[in-house]
Amino acid sequence: MIELLQSLLQWLPESLQVLAIILIKIVVILAPLLVAVAYLTYAERKIIGYMQIRIGPNRVGFFGHSLWGLGQPIADAVKLMFKEIVIPSGADKFLFIVAPMLSMGPALAAWAVIPFGDELILADVNASLLYVLALTSLGVYGVIIAGWASNSKYAFLGAMRSAAQIVSYEIAMGFALVGVLMAAGSINLGEIVQAQSGGFWTWFMVPLAPLFVIYFISGVAETNRAPFDVAEGESEIVAGFHVEYSGITFAVFFLAEYANMILVAMLTALMFMGGWLSPFQGLPVVGDTFLAAPSLIWLLAKASIFLFLFLWFRATFPRYRYDQIMRLGWKVFIPLTIVWLMVVGAVIMAGGIGPWLH
Amino acid sequence: MSFEQILFYVFSSFLVLSAGAVVTLRNPVHSALALVLAFFNSAALWMMLEAEFLAITLVLVYVGAVMVLFLFVVMMLDINIARMREGFAQLLPIGIVVAVLMFGVMYQVYNGDRFAPGDMPVPTPHAADYENTRELGLQLYTTYVFPFELAAVVLLLAIVAAIALTLRRREGTKYQAPEKQVVTRREDRVRLVKVPSEARK
Repeated sequence: MIELLQSLLQWLPESLQVLAIILIKIVVILAPLLVAVAYLTYAERKIIGYMQIRIGPNRVGFFGHSLWGLGQPIADAVKLMFKEIVIPSGADKFLFIVAPMLSMGPALAAWAVIPFGDELILADVNASLLYVLALTSLGVYGVIIAGWASNSKYAFLGAMRSAAQIVSYEIAMGFALVGVLMAAGSINLGEIVQAQSGGFWTWFMVPLAPLFVIYFISGVAETNRAPFDVAEGESEIVAGFHVEYSGITFAVFFLAEYANMILVAMLTALMFMGGWLSPFQGLPVVGDTFLAAPSLIWLLAKASIFLFLFLWFRATFPRYRYDQIMRLGWKVFIPLTIVWLMVVGAVIMAGGIGPWLH
Repeated sequence: MSFEQILFYVFSSFLVLSAGAVVTLRNPVHSALALVLAFFNSAALWMMLEAEFLAITLVLVYVGAVMVLFLFVVMMLDINIARMREGFAQLLPIGIVVAVLMFGVMYQVYNGDRFAPGDMPVPTPHAADYENTRELGLQLYTTYVFPFELAAVVLLLAIVAAIALTLRRREGTKYQAPEKQVVTRREDRVRLVKVPSEARK
């Protein structure tokens, strides 16, 4: 594939060829991602609809066929693109426009180091886990700047809630990741997946089970999704930080939120569920068939499980009260992760964690 | 000029410009955001010196956490800009003295026998399999383990002190104890009272 591209780009100077190939790779990652984001909104409305015994969107289709409403996300995107962007009076115009970009940028940039297979990766940097952690922590700027620049009390309240929440849950998230990198002995996402090979019982979700649960719940809190969506909290503060946004600026916030959801789902699959490794690997009968081969499909299937959980949570749980969110983050998750880090350290000292303690 | 040099000049000019903006912008929120940009650019410069761990940690800790809380506070405060500018002429002489002193100190450092540009060897680029994080970890946890632990204790002390200074117990506040709520049984809360029926008078 790469060779074919190189031969097609022979007419460019050497340095531009490299640049062109990187740009093509970026498009190959981002285009499916944006389509996935669009259809995740559709999946969300359908799944929550069925959970609440409704049908969900079922009218907009293609070429006169309704096709279960599959055209809905595209219709939504076109509608939002052509709506007017209303800038509230007294708003900080520059920051008001920049805020959605600031939440979108990190959400997309983090995908640079996500491995999709042994060789399928845009930038195989050593410290990719740290890079992802750093970039996901930048997403909060979009939210707080949006809240402040809108010149609205509701937006500001939402932004303040979100800032405190994200900073709190980042600590638990970071500790959970420390456990992963201790067990894997590496901070490279590809090597973390390799360290889990052997079968589904060697995936880190087994020896690091508490960290797995804490990481995913912190991920839900970091993306401001229900039941941690007090930053939006439509029953109290209308829509929180993006209450003043309209048209494409509002759509960009939504894109960023869903891109972050997919990112968290993907990272959980990579770090705790063996990434692209097959669950049938190392089993007696199917272990030698094609089912046991590592593949991108396994990774996407695992990520989809977590995406479904995101939607399920939203349909099932009532919103947390603010003080309970803080209590869960600081008084439950952080002590639990610290205790489990000690356990992991002790097990590693004893020579365990490959297939657990030997 | 090589590509790396171009990158260096781009990042360092952004760094100088944003550092200037921190002190010249009128709106404190804009100043804080300029500081974020300055951190980001210095992280990029560190990255170019192959100090990837430090660069990413700078973004993670300072940009991702410290500056968020900074912004939080700056946005909440109602800062009167006109009042802050009042004493400008009065404080100017002191400011000039401080600036001259700082300039003198930095001049001394850069012309001393340790940090002069000529004494700094150009770092040799490492091979692609060089891991800055691993090297740093090996150094910190072997050679410098005691200073490292000492620094950790000092930081812990700061955390405990900050909490102890701001913690005050007020009498009569009501709060939930979830651990008690969870273990509550029906018998603790509900009392069935048998009231004998009486004849109507």
